[in-house]
Amino acid sequence: MSRVQTSDTVTKGPRIGESALRPDGIPKVKGEFVFSNDLRHPQMLWGGTLRSPHPAARIVSINTAPALKMTGVHAVLSSEDTEGMPLYGLEHPDQPVLADGVVRYQGEPVAIVAADHPENVRLALEAIEVEYELIEPLSDSKLAQEAKAIHPDGNLFRKIDLIYGNSQEDGEIIVEGTYEVGMQDQAPLGTESGMAIPSEDGGVDLFVSTQWLHADRDQVAACLNLPSEKVRLTLAGVGGAFGAREDISLHIHLCLLALRTGKPVKMSYSRTESFHGHVHRHPAQMWYRHHAKSDGTLTRIEARLLLDGGAYASTSSAVLANAACFAAGPYRVPSVQIHGAVVRTNNPPCGAMRGFGCVQVCFAHEAQMDKLAIALGMDPVELRLKNALKSGDQIITGQTITGTAPVAEVIETCAQHPTSVGAASEQMELPGGAGRTADPKNIVRGEAIAVGFKNLMFSEGFDDFSTASCQLLDGVATITCACAEVGQGFVTLAQQIAREILGVEEVILAPASTSNVGSAGSTSASRQTWMSGGAVKSACEEVRIRLLSRIAESHDLDVESLVIVDGGIASLSSNFSISLKEATIESIEVEETYRHMPTHPLDENGQGDAHVSFAFSAHRAVVDVDQELGLIKVVELITSQDVGRVLNPLQLQGQLEGGAAQGLGLAVLEEINVVDGRILNPSFTDYLLPTALDMPPVEIAALIEQPEPNAPFGAKGVGEPPAISSTAAVASAVRNATGLDLQRVPIRPTDIVFSEKSEND
Amino acid sequence: MGVIIAKSLNEACVVLAENPATTVLAGGTDLMVQANRGMQSMDSVLDLSRILELKEWTLKDSEIVLGAGISYTDLAEPQIATVVPALAQAARTVGSPQIRNAGTLGGNLATASPAGDTIPVLVAMDAVLQLKSSSGNREVAITDFITGVKSNALQAGEIIQSITMPVFQGPQEFLKVGTRNAMVISVVSLALVTDYLGRKLRVGVGSVSPVPFRATEAEEFISQEFDWEKNSSLSEKVINKFSDMVADSTKPIDDHRGTADYRKHAVGILAKRALERVCANGES
Repeated sequence: MSRVQTSDTVTKGPRIGESALRPDGIPKVKGEFVFSNDLRHPQMLWGGTLRSPHPAARIVSINTAPALKMTGVHAVLSSEDTEGMPLYGLEHPDQPVLADGVVRYQGEPVAIVAADHPENVRLALEAIEVEYELIEPLSDSKLAQEAKAIHPDGNLFRKIDLIYGNSQEDGEIIVEGTYEVGMQDQAPLGTESGMAIPSEDGGVDLFVSTQWLHADRDQVAACLNLPSEKVRLTLAGVGGAFGAREDISLHIHLCLLALRTGKPVKMSYSRTESFHGHVHRHPAQMWYRHHAKSDGTLTRIEARLLLDGGAYASTSSAVLANAACFAAGPYRVPSVQIHGAVVRTNNPPCGAMRGFGCVQVCFAHEAQMDKLAIALGMDPVELRLKNALKSGDQIITGQTITGTAPVAEVIETCAQHPTSVGAASEQMELPGGAGRTADPKNIVRGEAIAVGFKNLMFSEGFDDFSTASCQLLDGVATITCACAEVGQGFVTLAQQIAREILGVEEVILAPASTSNVGSAGSTSASRQTWMSGGAVKSACEEVRIRLLSRIAESHDLDVESLVIVDGGIASLSSNFSISLKEATIESIEVEETYRHMPTHPLDENGQGDAHVSFAFSAHRAVVDVDQELGLIKVVELITSQDVGRVLNPLQLQGQLEGGAAQGLGLAVLEEINVVDGRILNPSFTDYLLPTALDMPPVEIAALIEQPEPNAPFGAKGVGEPPAISSTAAVASAVRNATGLDLQRVPIRPTDIVFSEKSEND
Repeated sequence: MGVIIAKSLNEACVVLAENPATTVLAGGTDLMVQANRGMQSMDSVLDLSRILELKEWTLKDSEIVLGAGISYTDLAEPQIATVVPALAQAARTVGSPQIRNAGTLGGNLATASPAGDTIPVLVAMDAVLQLKSSSGNREVAITDFITGVKSNALQAGEIIQSITMPVFQGPQEFLKVGTRNAMVISVVSLALVTDYLGRKLRVGVGSVSPVPFRATEAEEFISQEFDWEKNSSLSEKVINKFSDMVADSTKPIDDHRGTADYRKHAVGILAKRALERVCANGES
């Protein structure tokens, strides 16, 4: 028995609720962090992908022979060289590993090459002879359902007819609108990259930046025709994700090349290739009709939603479910009829992106709420408060909100927050920025608020779980979890949880891999803090129980009297104490699987308890607009968010700022321009992300902390809501400034310059 | 494949004379984009970035001579900015600080993009380029130098040594429309330079035709109307006519950065605003 070591010499690491600095923060700033693109192996080859230049074509022939003969080329593979499952897909396999006889989007992989040098890869790709017979691309999503099927599975990914309530009556006040959202890219700064290393057992080790190691592993193994234990994935340094890494990109290609050549193979997409090589946010066309009483009470909403899923399924059906379930916004509506469809076209495939279906409908439902407020002559904040959902209400799927729903709170705090911007004092701060196009007299200012919400975790009966283990040895906790850290903050959170529960200071987070632990599920759907946080919490709590029981037993103490304090265990009923280090000379290790409460599929009317929990946010935007040139400057963004409980204030702030920037981008800048199935701007020269001059500081009006029942520590996921209501708020503010309808985002200069004034003004 | 880092202009000229196919590298901000896309041969490269002569500038009498290797950052510094403010303003609209540190005036001219940010200013000011090769020197007017979309009058073995332009008395304005507030390629741009001594308003426009050009008819009109004695405010009618004349002089195209209609409209707005700034209307 020794004295508890008092921790004068030990710096206390951050616990739950305290700002924890990311361990990768300083290395990233100094350029020392190893991203997946930095992977090196002395024997490695470089891989490359030959992509279809056409959005739709039959492949008449592929001749790889000229490429194979070239210096330094080790392998050239086309679809006929693959032996496993020829298709992959996150929800169901419908996308070829390599195009087999037909290409369905511009950029679809046709052949892959491994060579000793990137330049030889490039030359080999040029030497592959592919004869295409062009097909007229199906590029208009409105025509997809009637058009000839462009895939054996047909052109309809999913249709949802959501019917809630019985009333078909018209309201006293009716407003109608048609809305459109362009194709946004996740634009993570790190492009797709990774390295596959063949192993002696005939398997392969893949180091890759991804969002979900185990789902990748299962798809890769199937396509390689290998048992899953022979395919081992380890997370390589991720340079952002935002949904772009939920699907397979180069994973299977890398493994095929490594297995064929017997050598490590590295691949890294260029920025242009990245634009072609991952899924995007679904473009949406939406029609809405809102009905209300003359006092502003919503009585009915009708909507038609059409999402363009592009060439392959990805997560399209889940995105549509979200668009439908959240189509009405965070409001009580007694009667709702929604017809939603997501279709296949020859456009770039679309899938997961931050906000996942809720971003598109939020833009539309909030535009409708503003329109309704004008028609009613009512304050838009008052209208929203009057209809705001609260706990105990039903959403339009008939599901009762059993958790927290502080909708009124986020609206009120956001609306009441004082503005801190005056008139711009420098020309650089006006719309047009560095281009010096505007003078103060050319500017009109507008302001608006928007509210949005989204489900947390996977829905519709999906078996959603995360696994984590905790080992406590020599006073050091080691957490093992396959949770992909893509910037969301699990690296700090796992340590905070272990410290909080076990009272340890030193916490090691093992590399995320498929070989040492079960699936953590996807780093998406704002789910990892809840799910993997929950798994780590469970594992740590079980370790704590076993530790205290063991000490109680071996020292003949009452376990109830034992507490962990200051790095040791002490008894409240005696003077017993022992350091954690000494108490854990013999290791304790526990693995736990955490599941959220079960959800259920939507029925034929789109009804059911399909979701676990909901998170709400509000944004208020102030914009300056140069109407003659159609240029916009967002001068202020204020937000309030329903967070359950703040676990790491600094990381939370980062999520709110980054999400708002992404939302602002969609409102005024970011769009992949696709014409006839071809991307016109696959580079950062013309795909315009917000710069420091475009993005104002984000003012956090309030973090609403109402602990969510059943959530670990009461915390809700926070990653997506910031990207949902921000777009709508910015677009509404531009409407407010200009008096224009502006039914489409991103708002383009021509939309302002050449639009007619709205009749409402 | 090799890179030769020239230390002097003469050395560079010799290298280029021996191998006229050598790719000339200055700031690399355009060239490397092309190289990374596999669209630019980098088999042999001549780097001009260490040639100090190319970074020099001189102000004498009524002329300023700017070395071709001067960066956008340096153009925006007060010493040059006070002499040719429109050029400094144009330089500030280019890219990010990193790009402005690397990119050069000579490079902007060699690339000869319709959207080259400094070109409307140089066109408005009748700039002249000094070209050097191992066989001699020659001078070419800016309008003769840029021969088309991304094509120039450089002959084999020639390097842009410097750019000379007159120093005008009077305010200058450069305005550029881009969809983003910074780091954006010009959708349309306009330079307006007043010449009080010559009683002339000079207008250069960019991104509205294959080659940036001077809106000469609009210039003549407004130079007549302008109040050269008191710089008093101009009537709305005059301003609008000038704006229309500038817009009518352009032949823009539709592309993914903007439509022809928008470009024509926007260049007229820029003309109006620039004019208002240089005369008393801007002070209201």
